[in-house]
Amino acid sequence: MSPSSVALVRRGRLRRIRRRRTVVAGLTVLLAVLFVTSLCVGHTVYPPYDALRVVLGDTVPGASFTVGRLRLPRVLTGALAGFAFGLAGATFQTLLRNMLASPDVIGISSGASAAAVFAIVVLGLGGTPVFLIAVPAGLAVALVIYLLTYRQGVLGVRLVLVGIGVGALLNSVVSYLLLRAPAWEVQEAMRWLTGSLGSAFWDGVGPLATGVLPLSAVLLLAGRSLTALQLGDDSARALGTRVGTSRLVLVLCAVGLTSLATATTGPIAFVAFLSGPVAHRLTGGNGSPLLPAALTGAALVLTADLIGQFAFDTRFPVGVVTGALGAPCLLWLLVRSRRTQGAL
Amino acid sequence: MSTRPLVWLPACVLLVAVAAALSVMLGARTVSPGDALAALVHGEDGSLARAAVRQRVPRTGLALLVGAALGTAGAVMQGLTRNPLADPGILGVNAGAALAVVCGIAYLGISTPGQYVWLAVAGAGAAAALVYVIGSRGRGGATPVKLALVGTMVTAALSSLVSAVLLPRLDVVNTFRFWQIGGVGGASADGILQVLPLLAAGFVLSLASARGLNALALGDDLAAGLGERVARTRLSAAAGAVLLCGAATAAAGPIGFVGLVVPHTVRLLTGPDNRWVLPLSALTGAALVTLADVTGRLVARPGDMEVGIVTAVIGAPVFIAVARQQKVREL
Amino acid sequence: MTATRTLTVEAARFGYGGRTVIDGLDLRVPPGRVTVIVGANACGKSTLLRGMARLLAPERGAVLLDGKDIHRTPTRQVALALGLLPQSPAAPEGIAVADLVARGRNPHHSLLSRWTRADDAAVARAMEATGVLELADRPVDELSGGQRQRVWIAMALAQETDVLLLDEPTTYLDVTHQVEVLDLLTDLNHDRGTTVVMVLHDLNLAARYADHLVAVKDGALYATGDAAEVVTARTVADVFGLRAEVIEDPVSGAPLVLPLGRHRTLRRQGVSLTKR
Repeated sequence: MSPSSVALVRRGRLRRIRRRRTVVAGLTVLLAVLFVTSLCVGHTVYPPYDALRVVLGDTVPGASFTVGRLRLPRVLTGALAGFAFGLAGATFQTLLRNMLASPDVIGISSGASAAAVFAIVVLGLGGTPVFLIAVPAGLAVALVIYLLTYRQGVLGVRLVLVGIGVGALLNSVVSYLLLRAPAWEVQEAMRWLTGSLGSAFWDGVGPLATGVLPLSAVLLLAGRSLTALQLGDDSARALGTRVGTSRLVLVLCAVGLTSLATATTGPIAFVAFLSGPVAHRLTGGNGSPLLPAALTGAALVLTADLIGQFAFDTRFPVGVVTGALGAPCLLWLLVRSRRTQGAL
Repeated sequence: MSTRPLVWLPACVLLVAVAAALSVMLGARTVSPGDALAALVHGEDGSLARAAVRQRVPRTGLALLVGAALGTAGAVMQGLTRNPLADPGILGVNAGAALAVVCGIAYLGISTPGQYVWLAVAGAGAAAALVYVIGSRGRGGATPVKLALVGTMVTAALSSLVSAVLLPRLDVVNTFRFWQIGGVGGASADGILQVLPLLAAGFVLSLASARGLNALALGDDLAAGLGERVARTRLSAAAGAVLLCGAATAAAGPIGFVGLVVPHTVRLLTGPDNRWVLPLSALTGAALVTLADVTGRLVARPGDMEVGIVTAVIGAPVFIAVARQQKVREL
Repeated sequence: MTATRTLTVEAARFGYGGRTVIDGLDLRVPPGRVTVIVGANACGKSTLLRGMARLLAPERGAVLLDGKDIHRTPTRQVALALGLLPQSPAAPEGIAVADLVARGRNPHHSLLSRWTRADDAAVARAMEATGVLELADRPVDELSGGQRQRVWIAMALAQETDVLLLDEPTTYLDVTHQVEVLDLLTDLNHDRGTTVVMVLHDLNLAARYADHLVAVKDGALYATGDAAEVVTARTVADVFGLRAEVIEDPVSGAPLVLPLGRHRTLRRQGVSLTKR
């Protein structure tokens, strides 16, 4: 073996790592810009300086209320939820080796959504208790889907189909509960049907952050076993990965993230589905897809929320915008992806 | 084997009759069989019982028609795509019809069912074509899992667009949200008459393609080898299914899972011959939707639960069971 | 690297969910040699390999690596000694060849350890040995079947294990690439002393490349030993249910199986061309 071939291998590796780092840095900057923009723009426009002062705890007449009480929790919720959706989506897509197998498609978010609607409409709850019901419900639905799928091992495609069935069932439950709600509010209903940041206030940010941050940390650390699992179970085990344990940890974290985010904002359409493939296009598929996908998810939600609030005469909930954006993106991805056939 | 369908035919007819009878008798106010018959034969006499029966007649008629249409359409779609999971709801057809109708109401000022039936059919056709074209790309063609996933995604996207069109027009939202779940509560004789021609055309086209679908079940190449004009059969069968779905959806809103559950049940009884599967699916579908409507009325008495919800509760488990049974290879 | 690792199967029973495929099987893999497992479809040869690679836990008995039960040894520790190329591995979309090969270094790293120059060297060595160095920066998706198979083998090589198990490494390859892959594995065995165990479909290629041939029938060992001892008309008839002539391969000197069908045979069946 010649030293030049080591150099060749090394050069290529460093180049790809650099590309990935550039993408991650770029997405972080974009996210920061979107964050500040979302704080400044609105009925009253504040200069970024004022907005940042409010974030840092200073009192600015007017801005303290609008930015501190209304916009900041909304933006934080959006960013956290988007981060969680992106991360969970990419985890599922990678784990099941199927671009279309994101948690919103395979019924995972519908469990949390149905439980949250049930808690609010039937039990009359709000705030943290809704969380405490929605998250276990999301996990329970994921478990049910898993058990229904289990037959001599879990097969990706069967999981997807069973998930679609469970999702359809739960969505009709959501529709029913919403139709029966005594005080039927469009805003509230839209939140649970397509996802919205319209009711994002400070009381929801705390629970969301306490759940999302540790779970995200675990998932990002477990990224190495995810990249091994990408090669198939047999290869992963041959490479010394504890396949069962790793997959359990990954799935639990991803389901937890999906449930937390869904319980706060409702199932924001397509974020979980789109973030992974978009991040993949940016990084060229090098290294773990998780962090780029999570950042893409957060950026996607903040962008869509800005569009939904200010681009039209009517204020659209964020989920309607991501859904409408999602349609052409879906077509583009399906038509362009050379290996869609392989992934299905 | 060949005698079995002959047994099931009268059984299905009987089932439809029972379902229809229950549908006019049961509800917020239960009417005895004698009173119900009297009301149907002699008309109203001012009593609440007879009024209730007369009121339930169009609703029953619509449920029967919609059920028959969806059952047949499901059977045709499953045959056409050689896909055991094909269903108008899963394949995005309902969402396509919904979007077209909403756009018609919002932008074209369309208000009568007679006008939006055509829009619904157009929307259903466009969505079906879209899902099929995307789903059949790549290796293996239109595999069940691809079609199901693409259908789900397209449904999600179209539903968002429906919301986007609706939200600025809150007045439309309230009428639409009930339509969106699927129900036959608002049926009227006029409304039924307006969709009837389309449904009739759909039934004729579908039933006429039964023999062709049998050949297609062997694969396009083999069907062509057997002298079947594959493209023509596909086109007429697809047109029939889209007409049926679109018209049914326009009349009663999107009702899922009937098209999935019914043909599977029928095939268990009769075997795979589409010349029996299609008509028996029509009968069984009619009975199922009518019974689902009755169930909805009884469960949520004195109000009612929309048919779409009841069929989803019954249908989703069947969908899951079918998905579990599929051989790995076929997926 | 001198291979002294011993891999043995002791009275093992393997099965899937109640269906027993292999029962009471004993096997000693000769260290530093090329062992090939052959048998008819569904005879349990892949199951045996999966069991030896700890992908399938035995219901009874054990698989021992250097005398230690591999199903009780931490999987990463096993991965440092035993590599595997499964039948249908999946390449992540868009991954570059060098990055895929680098995944083979996985067992050498813990959660937070850093990539070192030694890792780059191992990757380069594996790629050079398999002749995929010039493909280093290409996406795996774009490669031909033969190239891709070499990349997968490179990944298993980068793992730098003394034992390498391969499940039908020549499937989907044309005859040129089949010979190429088997030559490559033989080189590896000669140069590094790696113990190679593989399942092969093609009996003639198996006979040619095996130092040690293992014939499996109905989940049990039918015969083991030299190709010349194992591959006889009798074994072929018993193991594959195929009537055949076995002659000496004029190229390699190994046995060559010539199937006797019902048609297109020059002489009346049962008359041997060359006795073995």
